[in-house]
Amino acid sequence: MNIDSIKNGIVIDHIKAKKGMEIYKALNLGELDCSVAIITNAKSKKMGRKDIIKIDKNIDLDLDILGYLDSNITINIIENNERKEKYHVELPKEIVNIAKCKNPRCITSSENELQQIFILTDKDKKTYRCKYCETLKEE
Amino acid sequence: MKHLIDIKDLTVEEIDELIKVAKDIMQFPDKYSEKCKHKKLATLFFEPSTRTRLSFESAMMELGGNVIGFSEASSSSTAKGESVSDTIRVVGGYADIIAMRHPKEGAPLVASIKSTIPIINAGDGGHNHPTQTLTDLLTIACEKNRLDNLTIGLCGDLKFGRTVHSLITAMVRYKNIKFVLISPEELKIPDYIKEEVLDKNRIEYIETNDIEEHMEKLDILYMTRVQKERFFNEEDYVRLKDYYILNKSKLEKAKADLAILHPLPRVNEISTEVDDDPRACYFKQARYGKYIRMALILKLLEIK
Repeated sequence: MNIDSIKNGIVIDHIKAKKGMEIYKALNLGELDCSVAIITNAKSKKMGRKDIIKIDKNIDLDLDILGYLDSNITINIIENNERKEKYHVELPKEIVNIAKCKNPRCITSSENELQQIFILTDKDKKTYRCKYCETLKEE
Repeated sequence: MKHLIDIKDLTVEEIDELIKVAKDIMQFPDKYSEKCKHKKLATLFFEPSTRTRLSFESAMMELGGNVIGFSEASSSSTAKGESVSDTIRVVGGYADIIAMRHPKEGAPLVASIKSTIPIINAGDGGHNHPTQTLTDLLTIACEKNRLDNLTIGLCGDLKFGRTVHSLITAMVRYKNIKFVLISPEELKIPDYIKEEVLDKNRIEYIETNDIEEHMEKLDILYMTRVQKERFFNEEDYVRLKDYYILNKSKLEKAKADLAILHPLPRVNEISTEVDDDPRACYFKQARYGKYIRMALILKLLEIK
């Protein structure tokens, strides 16, 4: 299957197979005024199967969300039909308003205006804890 | 401006300094009796805790300062729906320092973000209680004359006991500390404390459910109460509350210079027959709590 290459835009590559739609939603890509293609189950030498998202415009990506959802993702920035930049996303040190603390005794459960902040406490185990009550973030 | 929200907010050097000042206060109380003259401590207790509140208030009074505050949320503007941040900003205009207890975990951290004056966490739910840990450290420093080279037995509710978690976190920073973790299966220390605190700092520890098994090795025995409010099921509480009762016979093999600590209040976990044993330090510990709070107030108010 072929998808037109993009002249200026972003290719989000090496997304875990079948996770493309989740990333599409998390980044609110449906609200863009340009073409966006999601390729699912593409063959990959490295991963077996993978998803890819192509965005026909250079936009500011929320790298924290991407890193949090899938830290193996690669970002390719395309300019004038050429790859200008390629980089990997990392697990963010802090995630804000992406997940909610499930501890009923946490201050965030009663003061709704507070931001929901989780801090990365163990990089290897991808452990995040609530900034306020230190409860482990549930998957 | 510095706050005390978590015991980890203080370096080992800062803790050593607090202990030094507290010892000096104990020795020369008159020297400190007017250090906080014209200063006000606000004790904002959104849930009742008479013991901790009185300790803070007497600490401030012995420094010559004044105290304002409330002892339960129903007598504060929280009952009208005011947020923690708003309450703190208002009180910041009346007082010089705040000691705050709140049933919600993380509330003192929220308070510290907006506060214009130092905040002391006087307990936030089952989460942190750093001044209890400072009290424990001063007790150990006074009773054992050291904070390193100790084998510490922690007994009772090691799962929900925040004092235990904080004490472990504080003690792993000292040299040659070993733990004996004594609890029933259901109240064992959580895995994250083992992995993120004990294992990470390569601390030696033994887990057992038998209080006597390693008694002869202990320099400190820290007893805790099984807290009813941490259980969702009354049956479990009733089954576990009297699992350990420390009495004279259980202390037979203990060292002559063992120090028995308890954050209090005690229910049944230490028999009253132990109270007269010279190794029982828990009432002295409560007194030490006042002195370390005095030292802390001075530090946070930057009064020499």
